[in-house]
Amino acid sequence: MSEAPAPPAASQPAAGAETPAATGTPSTASISDIFLSFLTIGATSFGGGAVAYLRSTIVAKRKWLDDVSFVELFSISQSLPGLNSTNMAILCGDRLRGWVGAMLAALGIILPGAIIMTIAGIVYGMHGDRVLVSAGLRGVAAGATGLILATFIQLASKTLRGWLDVVFIIAAVIAVNWFHVSVLYALVVLSILATLAYRPRPAAEAPKST
Amino acid sequence: MNQIPALVRVFLYLSLLTVGGGMAAYPEMETLTVDVHQWLTQAQLVHFYSVGQMAPGPNMNMVAAIGEKVAGVLGAAVVVFAFYAPTGLFTLIVGRAWKRLANWPWRTSIQRGLAPVALGLMLAGAFTFGKTSLRFAQTPTSPLEIHWIAVAIAAVMLALVLRTKLNPAPLILGCGLIGVLAFRP
Repeated sequence: MSEAPAPPAASQPAAGAETPAATGTPSTASISDIFLSFLTIGATSFGGGAVAYLRSTIVAKRKWLDDVSFVELFSISQSLPGLNSTNMAILCGDRLRGWVGAMLAALGIILPGAIIMTIAGIVYGMHGDRVLVSAGLRGVAAGATGLILATFIQLASKTLRGWLDVVFIIAAVIAVNWFHVSVLYALVVLSILATLAYRPRPAAEAPKST
Repeated sequence: MNQIPALVRVFLYLSLLTVGGGMAAYPEMETLTVDVHQWLTQAQLVHFYSVGQMAPGPNMNMVAAIGEKVAGVLGAAVVVFAFYAPTGLFTLIVGRAWKRLANWPWRTSIQRGLAPVALGLMLAGAFTFGKTSLRFAQTPTSPLEIHWIAVAIAAVMLALVLRTKLNPAPLILGCGLIGVLAFRP
């Protein structure tokens, strides 16, 4: 989440998703290049939207991938569990240098923030219950709530098509927030139902449909 | 007592729930870290997540702060690995198979179906989060009162993110400064 500034049309599984362009990219990226590039993104991508930072480095600056491949990878990363930014790092790294590239790219993008949050945890343990710190943290938490809702609205306005989508959103909220169903069960059951609802239909029958 | 095995188990599991982003896993994260293992309070979890929005990189790096609180720097390292490794491996494998799945008609169905489910789980996570973050007193014993100043801060943040191109990270920092003034006893 918070990765709203996404490349256009990525949520739509494009008809041309099987374009051969992606594999044709010759890899000029060295292992250390990959790690340092992703480390830089991991250290500078403030405020979410790491995917936008990824695009500007990998497509625009380094020219390691073209836009078509990037959007294709983004569409994959959105459909799999995991955060968009780390999934993108893994997919890009794999395209460039196989599994070693994938591992270093993921490590690079995660490491700076993880170190900062470890330090934040230590500082919080020492000063977290001071009066002014708690007051500030309540403001920060209120702001984060607004940010989460904004990200939801941005994503929803991009992906939602039709009332059935709204039904699945409401079902997930009621299951988790009202009936306190475990996220795992809600995820598995609703994913199966939603996949069946959007199951492949034989195109030939279209004219005779009721 | 050694909490490392429990940390690994919890965050390996949470990793698999992060469909469409980390917020989907938030209700389960609260249940496991606050209610089941009592590693931290609801308010502390909200604080970690919120501070995490100001750190660079993936916004769920806040899990490192939970690991640190429970078991020091080693705990942080273990949690980060457990939280990112399973989905990372899965992405690597499926990413390679993706082209071969191009003509499999169910691939589109799964992608299409997963989108609203991921959004729904994200909204559910937002409600779980908001129940603590917008509450009057952030202690477990206090009544569930809405704090209108917090709601106002959230609403202004929402509007700024949707209507302007401003970077959310400094905006959240600004919310913290307003909080110091508004929530100071």
